[in-house]
Formats: sequence, C-alpha cells, structure tokens
Amino acid sequence: MKLAKTLLASAVVAGGLMGSVFAQDKVTIGVSVPAADHGWTGGVNYFAQQAIDRLSTTYPDVEFVFASAPDAPKQIADIEDMVSTRGIDALVILPGDPDAMTSAIKQVKDAGKFVTVVDRQLSINGVEDLYVAGDNPGLGANAAAYIKEQLPDGGNIVILRGLPIPIDQQRFDGFMSGIEGSNIKVLDDEFANWNRDDGFKVMQDFLTRFPDIKAVWTQDDDISLGAMEAIKQAGREKEMFIVGGAGMQQILNAVANGDALTPVDVSYSPAMIATAIELTTSHLVGGVHVNGRFILESTLITKDNAAEFLDPNSPF
Amino acid sequence: MSVSAPDIPAKPKRGFRLDLKTVGPLLALALLVLLGISLNENFLSYNNLTNVLARSSFIGIIAIGATFVITAGGLDLSVGSMAAVIAGVMIMVMNWLIPTMGIGWGVVIAGMATGILLGGVAGVFNGTMITRGRIEAFIVTLGTMGIFRSLVTFLADGGTLSLNFQVADVYRPVYYAGLLGVPWPIIVFALVAIGGEVVMRYTAFGRYCAAIGSNEQVARYSSINVDNVRLLTYILQGVLVGVAVLLYVPRLGSASSTTGVLWELEAIAGVIIGGTTLKGGYGRIWGTVVGVVILGLIGNILNLQSLISPYLNGAFQGVIIILAVLLQRGRKNA
Repeated sequence: MKLAKTLLASAVVAGGLMGSVFAQDKVTIGVSVPAADHGWTGGVNYFAQQAIDRLSTTYPDVEFVFASAPDAPKQIADIEDMVSTRGIDALVILPGDPDAMTSAIKQVKDAGKFVTVVDRQLSINGVEDLYVAGDNPGLGANAAAYIKEQLPDGGNIVILRGLPIPIDQQRFDGFMSGIEGSNIKVLDDEFANWNRDDGFKVMQDFLTRFPDIKAVWTQDDDISLGAMEAIKQAGREKEMFIVGGAGMQQILNAVANGDALTPVDVSYSPAMIATAIELTTSHLVGGVHVNGRFILESTLITKDNAAEFLDPNSPF
Repeated sequence: MSVSAPDIPAKPKRGFRLDLKTVGPLLALALLVLLGISLNENFLSYNNLTNVLARSSFIGIIAIGATFVITAGGLDLSVGSMAAVIAGVMIMVMNWLIPTMGIGWGVVIAGMATGILLGGVAGVFNGTMITRGRIEAFIVTLGTMGIFRSLVTFLADGGTLSLNFQVADVYRPVYYAGLLGVPWPIIVFALVAIGGEVVMRYTAFGRYCAAIGSNEQVARYSSINVDNVRLLTYILQGVLVGVAVLLYVPRLGSASSTTGVLWELEAIAGVIIGGTTLKGGYGRIWGTVVGVVILGLIGNILNLQSLISPYLNGAFQGVIIILAVLLQRGRKNA
C-alpha cells in the first residue's frame, strides 16, 4: 500500500509537470468491470467510479468510458464497443472470467491499445502492459500464519471457500502450505460462494458435524458475516475465532473494537481498481513508465492498524 | 419431517398396489434421510433438523405460491429477484422510520407490512401484464426478474443494505426464536402449507386453478373468470414472497444483489419434485413441501460428508432431483 502511494504521488506530480506537453491530445480510457454481484465487486464499482470522477476533474482532457457487465459475453461486447465506437487509447479491465476473456483482451492489445489487467490473471502471459492485483497466495499465507500463531499446539479448523476459480485455489494453496508442518487439522472445506447466505448454511452444518472447532478461515468477509450468525445461533462464539479477508467496513469496525470472534482480517481491497486507473492515466497523460506487475500486499489487519483501512464512505 | 408436511391422506388407492405417483416424493425423502443418518450421527439431531427446515422455509413458502401459479398453467421467474428487492426496500423503510418511530416493534411491524404490500403490488403487476397485457408469463416474469434484480443493486449502490443494528436485535427472534422450541420460520411454513393445501383441495379457487391449467378454453366455457383467477395466483405468489422475506430479513439483517439468486429455480424444482405438473392442470401442496425439504436436505447432506468433492456438489444435486422425479414417473407407462 505504501509503495502504491509513493508511486501514485510521483505519478501525479510527474503528470502535473508534463500535463501541459500532452494537453492538446484528448485521451480516452475504457474501464470495464464485472457487475456488482457481491460485496467485493460492489466495492470495485464504487472505487472505479470514484477514481474516474476524481481524475476527470484533474485531467479535463481525459475522457473515461465506464461499463460494468454481468457476464463474460457482455464484458467482451463492452470492450469491443469501446474499441470500435468510442476509440479508446487504453483499457483498464477487471475480467470477470479471465480465461474466457483472454483472446478478446489480446485483440485490444493487438489493436495497439495500452492494456491494464486488474486482479485476475489472463490465461496467456504477456498480453497486458500493466498488471495490478492483490496478493492471493499472500492472503492465504497471512491468515495461516495468524491461525498458527494463535493455536501453537494445533487444533481443528474448518475452511469456507469462495467459488471454484483460480483466485480461490491460489488462496487455498497459500493457506495450506502456510499451515504445513503444524498440528492444525483442517476438518473439511466447502464452497460458500463468497455469499452471506451460503456462509450461514455451510457454517451451520459444520457446527452440527464437528463438536470441536478452534478456528474458521473464510477468506472473505461476506462469508464471515454469515458464518458469524451461525456460530452465535449455536452459542459457540467463545470456542472459536474467524479469519476472513478483503477488509469490509463492518468487519474492520469489529476488529478495531477488539471483537473476540473476528480478532483480525486480511486486506484485499477492491480499491486496487482505482490504483490501476490512476497508473494508466498517469502513463497516458504524463508518459510515466508503469509497465510491469504491480502487486498490492495482503496485509494482516489487527486492532492496532485497523484505523488505516477504515473508510466511512466505502459501500464495501 | 411430518412437522411441516400436513398429513392429509392420499386418494384411496385401487387395491393395495403401491401408487408411485403419490409415494414417490416420500420415498425419495425417506432414502435421503437414511443416507443422512448413515453419514453422520448428528443428522437426526434436533438442532440439525430445525436448522434445515428453517433454512428451507423461505423457498418453501415461495414454492407454495408457485404451486398455484404453475397449476394454473403459469410461471413466475421473478420470485428470487422480487425477494431481494422486497428485502432491500423493507430494510430501507425500517432504517428511515427509526428517527420518527424509535427502536421497537413498531418499526418492525411497519417494515413487515411494507414487505407484504410490495409483494402484492409486484404480483398485481406481473399478473396484470400476463392477463390483461396478453404477454406470455415467461416473458413478463423474465423481464421483472431483471428489473427487480437491477433495482436492488441500484438501491444498495452495488453493495449491501444493512438493517440498523438495534432494530436488527429486536427483529432477530423472528428467525431464531420460536414457540415450544420450534422456530417461527418452520411454524409459518407449516401454517402456509396447511392453508395452501386447504385452498387447493377444498375451495373453488383451487379447482379453478387446476381447470385452467388443464384446459383454458374449457375453463372459459365453464364460465370461470380465467383472467381473474390467473391474476389472483400471481398476487398470492407475490404476497407469499413477501411473507418469506419477513422471515429472511431477521436472519442476517441485510440484503444485497446476491439475495435470492436462483430461488426461482429452487422453488420450481421443489414444486415439480413434489408431483405438480410443469405444464399445469394438477397441483399438490404437500408434495411441494416434501420437494422443498428434499432440496434442503441435499445441501445439508453435502455439507455433512467429505466423500464427495465439493466440486461435484452440483452433480449430486442434479442426480437426486432427477431420481426423485423418476421415482414417481417411472411406472407411469408400465
């Protein structure tokens, strides 16, 4: 996060200095994101629009085309339209389904546009100019490290996973290698689809099935909220703690207040879309060199640093 | 299980031959229960059974409305999105009323009334478009499905609408507490089911539904007001979605664009597993109850075992659904 801020600050300064040189050219940037189908993508939409509003005021010569799509075919249609009818110079895309969209994004790249891919890796390398993402294996590893530290003698835990897509697998693998060699025993893992209702159901059934659970790793705060209600209903909130992920305001508030059921969270901020849009804009407007991979850390959020992550305006 | 399945005797059978069409869903349910018992000793525990039934109650109440709609030859695809938007508006109304009404049951009751009213209005809209606008039910409700889903996303600003914490505390017992140890959602589900069974079997309205579904022209010639009966089925469906949402909101105190996703398919699947015919003309409320409980148990059983890879959950669900229907249809031509 610190690195991001420094880079951004220098980018903005550079952009300001060089802006006048490029000012005569009007620049169009397309931003394509998945529809707000759960809390995290809701945050993506919010931070994308916020970044666009802010940058439009700063750079009156930059025009943004924003689209949000419920599925891969619609998102492909969106970017095709952006290239053919809106004449974009750059594309910032968070692909809903990266495998299905790789060739469509490659076509944008082949047409000579600057391509920034956010969060989800495409199925072939070298398509994007800039890749901005959170650290998924790190999210798993940090959660594992915390649970290991809290349960030095080991213990039974359960895992509530997201959807069966690569991000989930990376988090899961990061977690499993993190607890390797310890006495922590994973009783079972089930998909809860990054959804509160499913988190509630799966946790209810885990509670029925296992009389002894010391910790729950949900890797997502929406799932945590559902699991939390199930644990409270069973009256077992004294027996275990939950480690989620993403940094939802509701959970961060609980962390900041020292809630025993959710003592920590692991950041995976939807604001990464804003970072991507800012970097892309400074490249186009200011000629700042931004090519490469840009990984935002998945930090462990504890009572001590929760305040840094709180943003009362965020809908997520 | 018989808590929620009203015990109304099946039609007298010819001789003692097993009538698979009647006992099919019950047989499937019994097999699932046996599977559950063999997988986990906690399966039959009081807590597990109330958990599963309470969780199934939303889909169950909606599916009872869907039984009427489908019996009368209609279809409502909008129920899941409708539930989401009702939940969202209910939460907004309750939050908005706090400054004037204070924290308490007043706000909750106002919220509940809003929920039922909205459900009714949505039903009137669907029904009017279908009966007066002469548009196919599939198209109308596909349209409203999209409209309702976008509305809730818009109202929640892409995020989640959360009920004020203190009001949520007042409202919470509606899902978690109950009467004599039976949670409220199960009680309401049972009452709606019994009411539905009575209406379907013993009232003119129930018989009209079946008559229209089996042959609309004949029903018209028999001086049944086809349009009004159809309209009523959609209003009933809407109101029952409202009732389901009243029980859903206190569970997590929030609504988002993921609320109620695919509930319409679960409700329709429950109706068909229960023995109602998808093309209309024959409906069975107690069958729907069994169908919905079967669906709830499938999810529960999947979480109680680790033999089946979670990647195959959907396949297991599909197999059970097809088997449950096969059990009752298999002998039909024999």
